[in-house]
Amino acid sequence: MTTTTEQLSATTLLRFATAGSVDDGKSTLVGRLLHDSKSVLADQLEAVAQVSAGRGQDTPDLALLTDGLRAEREQGITIDVAYRYFATARRRFILADTPGHVQYTRNMVTGASTADLAVVLVDARNGMVEQTRRHTAVAALLRVPHVVLAVNKMDLVGYEESVFAAIAEEFTSYAATLGVKNVVAIPLSALAGDNVVEHSATMDWYGGPTLLEHLESVPVGSDPRQEPARLPVQYVIRPGSAEHLDYRGYAGQIASGVLRVGDAVTVLPSGRTTAVAAIDALGTQTDVAWAPQSVTVRLTDDVDVSRGDLIAAKGTAGAPAKDIEAGVCHLNERPLHVGARVLLKHTTRTVRAVVEDISYRIDISTLERRPGGEGLQVNDIGHVVLRTAEPLALDPYADNRRTGSFLLIDPADGTTLAAGMADEPFETVRRAAETSNEEDWI
Amino acid sequence: MTVMTHRLIEASGNPFALTHLDSLESEAVHIFREVAGEFEKPVILFSGGKDSIVMLHLALKAFAPAPVPFVLLHVDTGHNFREVLDYRDRTVAQHNLRLHVASVQDYIDRGVLKERPDGVRNPLQTVPLTEAIQQHRFDAVFGGGRRDEEKARAKERVFSLRDEFSQWDPRRQRPELWNLYNGRHAPGEHVRVFPLSNWTELDVWQYIAREKIELPEIYFAHERDVFLRGGMWLTAGRWGGPRDGERVEKRLVRYRTVGDMSCTGAVDSDAATLDAVIAEIAVSRLTERGATRADDKLSEAAMEDRKREGYF
Repeated sequence: MTTTTEQLSATTLLRFATAGSVDDGKSTLVGRLLHDSKSVLADQLEAVAQVSAGRGQDTPDLALLTDGLRAEREQGITIDVAYRYFATARRRFILADTPGHVQYTRNMVTGASTADLAVVLVDARNGMVEQTRRHTAVAALLRVPHVVLAVNKMDLVGYEESVFAAIAEEFTSYAATLGVKNVVAIPLSALAGDNVVEHSATMDWYGGPTLLEHLESVPVGSDPRQEPARLPVQYVIRPGSAEHLDYRGYAGQIASGVLRVGDAVTVLPSGRTTAVAAIDALGTQTDVAWAPQSVTVRLTDDVDVSRGDLIAAKGTAGAPAKDIEAGVCHLNERPLHVGARVLLKHTTRTVRAVVEDISYRIDISTLERRPGGEGLQVNDIGHVVLRTAEPLALDPYADNRRTGSFLLIDPADGTTLAAGMADEPFETVRRAAETSNEEDWI
Repeated sequence: MTVMTHRLIEASGNPFALTHLDSLESEAVHIFREVAGEFEKPVILFSGGKDSIVMLHLALKAFAPAPVPFVLLHVDTGHNFREVLDYRDRTVAQHNLRLHVASVQDYIDRGVLKERPDGVRNPLQTVPLTEAIQQHRFDAVFGGGRRDEEKARAKERVFSLRDEFSQWDPRRQRPELWNLYNGRHAPGEHVRVFPLSNWTELDVWQYIAREKIELPEIYFAHERDVFLRGGMWLTAGRWGGPRDGERVEKRLVRYRTVGDMSCTGAVDSDAATLDAVIAEIAVSRLTERGATRADDKLSEAAMEDRKREGYF
C-alpha cells in the first residue's frame, strides 16, 4: 500500500496544450488520450454513451468527453480553454484544450502561456494548412519549449510512411524558421488508437514513441541553474507577535533560477543591494530554493521592500525602464489604439501605461508585417511601444516567460485587453535560435 | 554545460524538478498570496469538507509564521454531519480563526426559503451565501472547487468574476495567462477564487497523506445506519429519511465527499486509513460526484445551472 502511495506521489507535472481545428480530430485525440490512459471513469463514459445513443450513434463518441457547456452552444460563444486532467504511473498531466475554430489565436495564446509542450494536430490527408502555420507561430511566440507534430488520420492515407515523412519534413523546417527547436513528429490515428497510447500494429516503419510515451518522458520546465534568480514579491509577512517580533519575510513564487542563503541580491526598482539571510520553503527552513517554488525570503539588511518589487540575483537584471517595446496578442473585442490608457500588470506590480505606438501587426500565417495604424483587433498579434508611469524590471520574454510577460487591462471595467511579451515577438526567437548551442538544456 | 553532465542529469532525472504535489502546492500558495496582496476583504468558504480543509492548510502555510489574513464562512444547510461541524469548530479554535456562519435553517425559519419536497438543501445555499457576501462586503471568496470535478467546472477560471447577484457570466470571464491573475472588479462585485483548480481528487488525498492533515472521521470506513435512495446510501436521520418503505441497515461505509446529508451518499468501503483510501480512489471507476452527489445527477447541465445562479 505504501509503495502505491509513494509511487503516485513521486511523479512530475506536465502542462501541455493541444491545437488543431475540429476537423483534424482533436476532440477525438483528447478523448482517446483520456480513455486509453484510463482517465475516463465509468459514470462519465456512461453519460457519453447516453448522449451518443440519444443522437442515434452506435458507439460512444469520445469527442463528447470534451463537449462544451450549454451556455456556449446557446450563445454561440466559445469559452477559451477547457482544462483536462489525467495521470499515468509516471506523470500527472494538465491539458489545456483550446478550441480551434472561433477565437483560435486568443485561445491558443492562453493555453500555450503555461504549457511546457504544445501538440499541433495535422490531418494527414491535408498536410500543413494555414491553421497549422498559425498554431506553430503561436507556440513559437509564447516560447513553448517543446512542440509535437501529431499527424492524425493516418488510417485514411493507408498508413503510408511517405505521407507522414513529407509532412514532418515540411513542418520541421517551418518550425525551425520560427526558432522552434524541439519538434517531435508522430504518425497516429486517434480514431483507431494508433500511436496515441498503444503502438500502432500497422505502422511498423515508425520507431519513435507513442504520443503518451513522449508526454511521459519529455523534460519538464527548464534547468533553473541556467537562469538568473528572480523573485517577484507578492506579500510582506510581518507576524508582529511576541514570538516573531522582528520577523519580516518577503513572500513570493520564484519566477526563475535558484536562490541560496548568502546570495547577493538586488531589489528592483530601488536598486538596493543586500543578501539572502534565510529561506522558508512553506514551513521548512532551507538553504536553497528554485523556480517555481513558493517561498518566504528574509534579507540581511533592513531595506524597504514591498509588493511589486523584484528580488533578483545581483548583477543579472537590467535597469528598470518606463519605455517598453513588446509583442502583444490582443484578446478583447474592443480594438487597441495608439493613445489608449491602460493598466499594465507585470508579475506582482500593476502600473498605469499609455500605448505610444503600434509599430506593426503581424500576419500570423505569413509572418509578414502590416501597418499598425488602424490598431489591433481581437486575435491580432502586433508590436507596441508603451510608456509606463513607473519603471518596470522586465526581462526579455525570450529569456524569461514569467518576468517577461504582462497583461494590459482596461482601467474602466477591469477587462483583460491584451497579453504582452517584452521585446520583439519573433525576431528574438530567430536570434536565440542562431546563437544558442545545440546542447541547450530544456 | 558539457554533454556529459547533460546526459547525467537526463539519466538521473532533473534534481530541480518538483513533484506534482509540490508544483500544485506552490501554485495554490501563489494564488492565496495574490489575493492577500490585492483584495480588501477576502473570505475562505470552509465547510469541514476535505477540499476546504486542504485550502485552509495551504493558507496557513502561505502566511506562516503570521496568521491567515482571511476570515472563514460556512454556509450551514442545517443537515450537516455532526462529526464535520465538530471538526469545523475544533479547527477554528485551534488556529484562532474567525468564522461566520450563514444558516439555511434561519432562512427557512424566517420563510425566506422553502424546503424542497425532496428535502435536498444544497441548492438552497445560494441565497444565504450571496447575502453573506453582500452583507460582509467580501470581495474575494475562496472556494475549494476543482476543474476535474465536473464538465461545467473544466472551463472555470482561477479568478472567476461575479456580479452583485453572484452570477457567473461566461461572456465576462477573462482569459488567464501565465500566472497573472486579474482581480479587478466593480464595487458590489466580487471574485470567486479557486486555488485548487488544477488539483484532482487523488492529488487532494495524496496531499492530505503527505502533510498528515487530520480529517473528519466520516471520510474513513465506519459502521453507519443508512438507507438506499436514488441508488445512494444516505444517512438515516431527522432530516427526512427513511420513509415510504425505505429500509435502514447497518453497513460499513465512508464518505468521498461531505455535504448536505440529504444528498451526499456514502460508499461501501473498508478503507479505514489514508493509504487505503488513496488505493481505493486510484482504482475507482466512478468520479466522486457521480458516486456521491444526487444533486449533480438531476440533469446534464445541473452543475452549470447552479453555477450561473451563484452556487459554485
